[in-house]
Amino acid sequence: MDDAGAQMLEQIPRLRRYARALTGSAATADDLVQDCLERAWSRLHRWRRGSDMRAWLFTIMHRLNANRVRRLVAHPAEYPLDDAHERVLAAPGSPEAALEIDDLDAALAALPDGQREVLLLVALEGLSYAAVAQVLDLPQGTVMSRLHRARERLRRELAGEGAPRLRRIK
Amino acid sequence: MNGLPVSDAELHAYVDGQLDPARQAAVEHHLTGAADAAGRVAAYRQLNALLHDRFDPVAEAPVPHRLVFRSPRRLPWRVAAAVGWLAFGGLLGAGAVWQFGPGTPLAQARIEATLARPAGIAHAVYTPEVRHPVEVVASEEAHLVGWLTKRLGARVRAPRLDGLGYQLVGGRLLPAVDDGPAAQLMYQDATGTRLTLYLRGGVAGSETTAFRFADEGGVGVFYWVDGPFGYALSATLPRAELLPLAHAVYAQLNP
Repeated sequence: MDDAGAQMLEQIPRLRRYARALTGSAATADDLVQDCLERAWSRLHRWRRGSDMRAWLFTIMHRLNANRVRRLVAHPAEYPLDDAHERVLAAPGSPEAALEIDDLDAALAALPDGQREVLLLVALEGLSYAAVAQVLDLPQGTVMSRLHRARERLRRELAGEGAPRLRRIK
Repeated sequence: MNGLPVSDAELHAYVDGQLDPARQAAVEHHLTGAADAAGRVAAYRQLNALLHDRFDPVAEAPVPHRLVFRSPRRLPWRVAAAVGWLAFGGLLGAGAVWQFGPGTPLAQARIEATLARPAGIAHAVYTPEVRHPVEVVASEEAHLVGWLTKRLGARVRAPRLDGLGYQLVGGRLLPAVDDGPAAQLMYQDATGTRLTLYLRGGVAGSETTAFRFADEGGVGVFYWVDGPFGYALSATLPRAELLPLAHAVYAQLNP
């Protein structure tokens, strides 16, 4: 139990990264992380020692986020959306970089939730396709098709109308 | 196998380092001849890099205090303690760890990790010592307390447990996980049974907690946070025997 608790604590930075990218809001992300940690703690006895703690936490976060999105749809007024594109990270060096950040944030926000989850778990969090399928409770074929659709959509959007605007920020 | 056409899924797997090694050469060969596929692979890679540039700073930033130490219910310490004491009688046979008053389970895990566990370890390391159980002996108590107070940065007191049969042996300074040093005070009864009081600062900010009990590898530890210090009383004693000692320590530290 001590080991499991320590492993949980170690994962907080990556949970925050994923939640931030997933929700588009620093405050919402940390609420999600908090809920995830508390839920995980209460179920720690169900975690199988030696299994992948991170995948387990991502599974919990996925379910909590699905609930959050459902509530958001049912009661939009209770959940302000105005911070969806807030810029909370280190100030970008140039207006051009700011534009790219806005482009990326907007493109991510515009993805269907299911595609955004798959893309982030693979491209940002580096999970194996099999682990992503397990976390999201999807067949691996669905993971691959969502990944493909998400990447193709972002590739086109960030590239604009044929203009090669896709560049790294730094 | 290498003769199969290259699929979209394989292009993604190539980008993500998840491609079957047996297909590596086939995919690379395909990319040399298919500008469209090569362009997509390059774009996917750039996208991966873009995501890391954008969001890695979140993972690198300090974790907000509230994520680890949020207290949904802040009971006054006296109330929490009273509830704790009342409940102890009925709970002595219950599970190894229980909790009262403020603090999230996560904060409690943190407190156990930074307080109860090192206390249990220090107890196991130093109590078997015959010749050097302490650095400063009890006959130099004024010096001991002054020294530890200076090093820990807040007033250290050595509770008297003579009434319960335990005399102060002395104390020592210990390294702590973070936030400066810790101290260990050692007591011993006429049969040679030793108990240790571990104390350190910086356990959980300014939070106070009620009593908790943990079994740290066979060492029983009652631990709590109060004011500047976290305290942990350790002994290889049954919980029921350790409890009145913990009670006495707490009472003396909070006259």
